[in-house]
Amino acid sequence: MSQPSNLPRWATLWLMPVLNLFAALLVSGLVITLIGEDPVECLQLMINGAFGYPEGIGYTLFYTTSFIFTGLAVAAAFHAGLFNIGGEGQMYLAGLGVTLVCLGLDFLPGWVVIPLALLASMVFGAAWAFIPGYLQAKRGSHIVVTTIMFNFIASALMTWLLVDKLIMPGSQTPATRLFAESAWIPMLHELAANLGVELPQTPLNATFFLALLALVLFYLMVWRSHWGYTLRTVGLNEKAARYAGMPVSKVIIVAMCFSGALAGLAAVNELLGSTHRMNLAFTNGIGFVGIAVALMGRNHPFGILLSALLFGALTQGGLDLSFEKPAITHEMIILTQGLIILFCGALENLFQTPLALAFKQMTKR
Amino acid sequence: MAELAIELTGVNKYFGEVHANKNISFAVAKGSIHGIIGENGAGKSTLMSILYGYYQADSGSIRLNGQEVRIRNSHDAIARGIGMVHQHFMLVDTFTVLENIVLGAEQGVALKQSLQAARDHLAALNRDYGLQVDPDAIVGELGVGEQQRVEILKALYRGADVLILDEPTAVLTPQEADDLFRILRLLKAQGKTVLLITHKLREVLDITDAVTVMRAGEIVGNVVTADVGKEDLADLMVGRKVNLQLDKAPARLGKTVLQVSNLSLTDARGVKLLDDVSFELHAGEIVGIAGVSGNGQSELLEILSGMREASAGSVRYNGTELTTLQTREPKAAAYRRLGIAHVPEDRSREGLVKDFSTFENAILGYHDDPAIQRGLLFNRKAIIERCRRFISEFDVRPANAFRRSGLFSGGNQQKVILAREIDSDPQLMLIGQPTRGVDIGAIEFIHKRLMALRNAGKALLLVSVELDEILALSDRIIVMNAGRVSGELPAAQATATELGLLMGGHK
Repeated sequence: MSQPSNLPRWATLWLMPVLNLFAALLVSGLVITLIGEDPVECLQLMINGAFGYPEGIGYTLFYTTSFIFTGLAVAAAFHAGLFNIGGEGQMYLAGLGVTLVCLGLDFLPGWVVIPLALLASMVFGAAWAFIPGYLQAKRGSHIVVTTIMFNFIASALMTWLLVDKLIMPGSQTPATRLFAESAWIPMLHELAANLGVELPQTPLNATFFLALLALVLFYLMVWRSHWGYTLRTVGLNEKAARYAGMPVSKVIIVAMCFSGALAGLAAVNELLGSTHRMNLAFTNGIGFVGIAVALMGRNHPFGILLSALLFGALTQGGLDLSFEKPAITHEMIILTQGLIILFCGALENLFQTPLALAFKQMTKR
Repeated sequence: MAELAIELTGVNKYFGEVHANKNISFAVAKGSIHGIIGENGAGKSTLMSILYGYYQADSGSIRLNGQEVRIRNSHDAIARGIGMVHQHFMLVDTFTVLENIVLGAEQGVALKQSLQAARDHLAALNRDYGLQVDPDAIVGELGVGEQQRVEILKALYRGADVLILDEPTAVLTPQEADDLFRILRLLKAQGKTVLLITHKLREVLDITDAVTVMRAGEIVGNVVTADVGKEDLADLMVGRKVNLQLDKAPARLGKTVLQVSNLSLTDARGVKLLDDVSFELHAGEIVGIAGVSGNGQSELLEILSGMREASAGSVRYNGTELTTLQTREPKAAAYRRLGIAHVPEDRSREGLVKDFSTFENAILGYHDDPAIQRGLLFNRKAIIERCRRFISEFDVRPANAFRRSGLFSGGNQQKVILAREIDSDPQLMLIGQPTRGVDIGAIEFIHKRLMALRNAGKALLLVSVELDEILALSDRIIVMNAGRVSGELPAAQATATELGLLMGGHK
């Protein structure tokens, strides 16, 4: 017998994540103190690095863009009751789709190549998610296990392709040649320059608007459409879905494809928006951060926007910080991210009981 | 005044804003059988959980045998001689009776000594209370009635003087219930105190010495059973006049809507869940399927609603053979389109999604309806309007279409499901346990609705473990036992005793 939750809705939705975030930052601060740095100064440096100057903001939003996509990918599967850990691999494979289109069709104009590359990223990402989805729906293989394994398969496959097949002839670095410039997605500072506004050079590009659009579409699809209704029914109560005559297996497979397609779009931001070529391991953990983003954002687009922004700021501010303070390495930033995931995910309800008690005291008075 | 076993004074319990127990005071005489009745959500379970140490009261005092006590957890409760028999048994199926009884009360390191000591003790208990349980039987192989006796033995073995039974007859045939009552009387004769939580008025009248009636977290009556009748108790529970008698106009039978022939279902292990089931159902009649739960009724409903495939046999619905029907969509959707509505047995796990708002549950199964689509999206306004109509027509409380379904009481959840299914204007209505966990006031309402549906010429197949309900609603009764039809008789000629014998397969 579990006692019903005594917390008001706003506290569960807002107060708890904020408290969890503070707890994570507090522990990070302790670690920073232990290695002999001043945590307050570090926090200031980080915030300043992420939001303190135009260039920093540009980088923060660039990272945010990718995190929105991978966060939405995790949320999409989550609403169907699936835990897709494979965003990393799906994004990696989507990079292959983008690359094949851009390298193979670079004689075509940009307005043809870019939409085709977008489509390819979604199709490749979806295809890589389809297999675990199919195995879950038809064979009962657990999606967590298969998606993790597919990350490794994707990594091995892509390493082979990049080292052996797609590498730029004559180069030692496992990376493709540059894509034709027509296929580059316009940078924000270029767009702004056209309007006569001067912005600093950052990798922030038009994909950012696509991510915002994806947030809105995600909301409409999941909460306002027939399709989203079946998705959520399957996710919340599979028996009720069968009772309602919903094709449960099909819904699971389609949900995974949807999830994979969203993860795939993150590759567009990285490749067409920034590097303009595919490097080895260009995904760099973005798929995994998506899990944290979705968890913290409570699988809702608005929450995902906020938590993607937080992780974007952590990434950018962290880079700036490690530049200023050599003692704070990249690993420290990963530690902080890890603590946030720990407190917001695994220890999500840590403060529930004390908070409930506090509320009870307040209402009694 | 007799000595008191339990005395509660001013007990209060809050869950957040909910005042689950309001100022509860009552006393139970030693060596008596005391009934606690009330609708679902009246606070009976919370109160018993406080007595058994699952919850702590926020204020008030508990006295056991005249001594004030604090019961912090179930170990405390057991140590103070309180035993509990849960509605869902807490037994390990693969263990023997003896092992189950010793479990958690072992003494010393070696299990063997504990077992031998327990064996002797158990023989004495068995003898004293006429429980007749074989200590070496495997629990999973025992019938439900026997498993319940194992639970009682378990409590007695731990030295219980006060025995709390939570809805003990919910899973029993009438004969098994009679056996239980015989045991309870013996316990009483030996000086034990029994607290019986139930919603069945007949049982309360049959066996208890005194009754405490609860409503909305409060005690609304402490009465001596001999002084009251069924109607009095029902009125007290609901807080208004209740009409337990249903007006049943003679059935006007129409054409045959459903014809089930030689239907069988074998599960993966080769167990026959349904064995050669055949019956007919006409427009304008209610056929009730009686039986102890787990005798194939659930599987029958699942097959008829398209959620499960039969192994053999045929189901003809309005002349269409359903078992071989080829559909692109899942069968449950196709059947619904043909006019078969289904109120599932397991309301909260099948009939709705608890985390959905009520308006979302108002379209479950009918989410394809063109009337609620607007382009690629839902026509949210139409859905909410539809839900508001359901709420007002079926008097759902609180009348809030946006409230999460899980927050509604069982009765109000059921009203939403019923409204949804009736609204689809079905030819055939499959109904499982329409009033399980539903309060009396809502039962009356639901029964009237079902009767109206029958009088409007629909065919209704009713599965219920409540014999009273089957007898009150049905025109014809089919009894199932071990997956077979063990009897079929007109409701007018059926008696509870006869049905009970058929349910037990004794005929």
